[in-house]
Amino acid sequence: MTSSTLPKQSDERIVQAGLLKRLLTRPELGALGGALLVWLIFAFLAGNRGFLTLQGTASYLEVSSYLGILAAAIALLMIGGEFDLSIGSMIGAAGATIAVLSSVFGVPLWLAALIALVVALLVGFINGTMVIRTKLPSFIITLGSLFILRGLTIALTRIFTGRTQIGSLDQLPGYDVLRLLFGGSIPIGGANFPISIVWWIAITALATWVLMRTRFGNWIFSAGGNADAARNVGVPVNRVKITLFMATATAAWLVATIQLTVVKSADTLRGTQQEFIAIIAAVIGGNLLTGGYGSAIGAALGALIFGMVRQGIVYAGIDADWFQVFLGAMLIVAVLVNNFIRDRAEKARR
Amino acid sequence: MATTPLLEVRNISKYFGSVIALNDVSMTVNESEVMCLLGDNGAGKSTLIKILSGVHKPSQGEYLVEGKPVDFNSPRDALDHGIATVYQDLAMIPLMSITRNFFLGSEPTKGWGPFRRFDINFASQTARSEMAKMGIDIRDPSQPVGTLSGGERQSVAIARAVYFGAKVLILDEPTAALGVKQAGVVLRYIAQARARGLGVIFITHNPHHAYAVGDRFTILKRGRTFGTFTKDELSREEMVRMMSGADELDALSHELSEFARRDAAAARIDEQLVEALEEAEELFEKEGSPLKEG
Repeated sequence: MTSSTLPKQSDERIVQAGLLKRLLTRPELGALGGALLVWLIFAFLAGNRGFLTLQGTASYLEVSSYLGILAAAIALLMIGGEFDLSIGSMIGAAGATIAVLSSVFGVPLWLAALIALVVALLVGFINGTMVIRTKLPSFIITLGSLFILRGLTIALTRIFTGRTQIGSLDQLPGYDVLRLLFGGSIPIGGANFPISIVWWIAITALATWVLMRTRFGNWIFSAGGNADAARNVGVPVNRVKITLFMATATAAWLVATIQLTVVKSADTLRGTQQEFIAIIAAVIGGNLLTGGYGSAIGAALGALIFGMVRQGIVYAGIDADWFQVFLGAMLIVAVLVNNFIRDRAEKARR
Repeated sequence: MATTPLLEVRNISKYFGSVIALNDVSMTVNESEVMCLLGDNGAGKSTLIKILSGVHKPSQGEYLVEGKPVDFNSPRDALDHGIATVYQDLAMIPLMSITRNFFLGSEPTKGWGPFRRFDINFASQTARSEMAKMGIDIRDPSQPVGTLSGGERQSVAIARAVYFGAKVLILDEPTAALGVKQAGVVLRYIAQARARGLGVIFITHNPHHAYAVGDRFTILKRGRTFGTFTKDELSREEMVRMMSGADELDALSHELSEFARRDAAAARIDEQLVEALEEAEELFEKEGSPLKEG
């Protein structure tokens, strides 16, 4: 970022920072390298078994897209200095809300989806308000809501329907609207790219824009960087954090709605463990666990790595049991790389 | 009174439960003036500036800004009245860029409605030129504040406050953690802020820093004020005595001279040791290890 309006002053102590050095200060760098590496590995292992075809690409992008939507919202929240472990349960809750409202109470599906959105916003608001009011770590509060939400979802769904799964949703009124928005796909060169990929890209772009180019983005960084310092200059830290909790719950709702539309059913157990995988994707993408630093693009790259590995293992014919081993190892390596990069960000240009 | 002070507190007291943190403190700050607030740890300096900056409300007493009584509910209220506080450690967020720190909470925007956005080019240029006005050349305003030295961070905070139209600048121990040279840098900015017409409240417990830039001095001790003095009325030595209390200081100087005597004795022993070691080393070099041969 250079400005031409100022006279150029030179200081002999300053060494011009090269492009590589500047890149090394970006949070996404580690994830970008990781994504390229993973792609190369599976291009080598499974290149002749369909990994490199358009359909193969579409299949790992679809897996990535669900996670990526969650990871983008989680990244913003983590940069804002908080966690949300309840999003996995929120996915199940949103899906069950839509299905129960529609199949038991006859609400059109599109309206049921809107009502579920309101429920999600409310859950996010309650999470955020609890964290602010109690001053407890959000890890604890949302760990609580993880179980409360999941339990409520299973119990209420069973009360209303006698089951924990609700199928044949495409027979219900209002399904067309959902399919148009969430269930379609775009054919490119004979392969079908699900519309969830478009949602993923749009939400990552929106999150990046908010973070880098809006006042609110600046407030998110400051809320996670040093909440007291931010308050002292008038940043409404509490409002920022509550809004971010509402955003993560909304992301969970969106994923739930897309999945429900695609598979035409709801399952109260859907989304289990997604909260951890979303956090892993965000961390792989360079988002600091302690807040104040990170990027939504990094989270998208983290989700991309996840999708490529999950599908790549299948294409390569490796036993899928190894997936979790890889996921855990990836997390630890990513944190080590990110610490290194953050140190560079603080010191490299000194 | 010929001119209305920029900021005035009258008979301020502050209680925290049964603790009296401040007792009947009065103070004024005028335009183009550096008012030094001096006192040892626990004297009530922090409580007073927290009241001035809107963090706490006084339990008793009046607070006036430009002659009008005010009642601040938050630091933002104080800022809106032109009272900016630069905290010792909470001033900056290290992982955020200089530009983002500079405009935090008051970000310039352009565009309209949902497309209203943070005008980062304007912000970067302004941050850069405002820093240049203070004599600091930052080549890259997008570099994290964590890469700056302590003195530079303080000066970013001061430049920020001046840019956002502060009339009164409250500086909480800005030179405390700094080396001599960096402290000098900060003192120069304080003088510059005064030259621009600001009233500066400079909190420190270093009398030398205070004496270098201060016009008037208010001394706090154990929640009470010793009064306000101009530079003519108060020598540096008197100031030090008042800050710490004369008796304590006498005891301290006695203690220090005792240290000095002990140090001298220790230094003699050190010298002898060094000599002995050098001799041994010479021997070692000439003849190899005496242990092996023996």
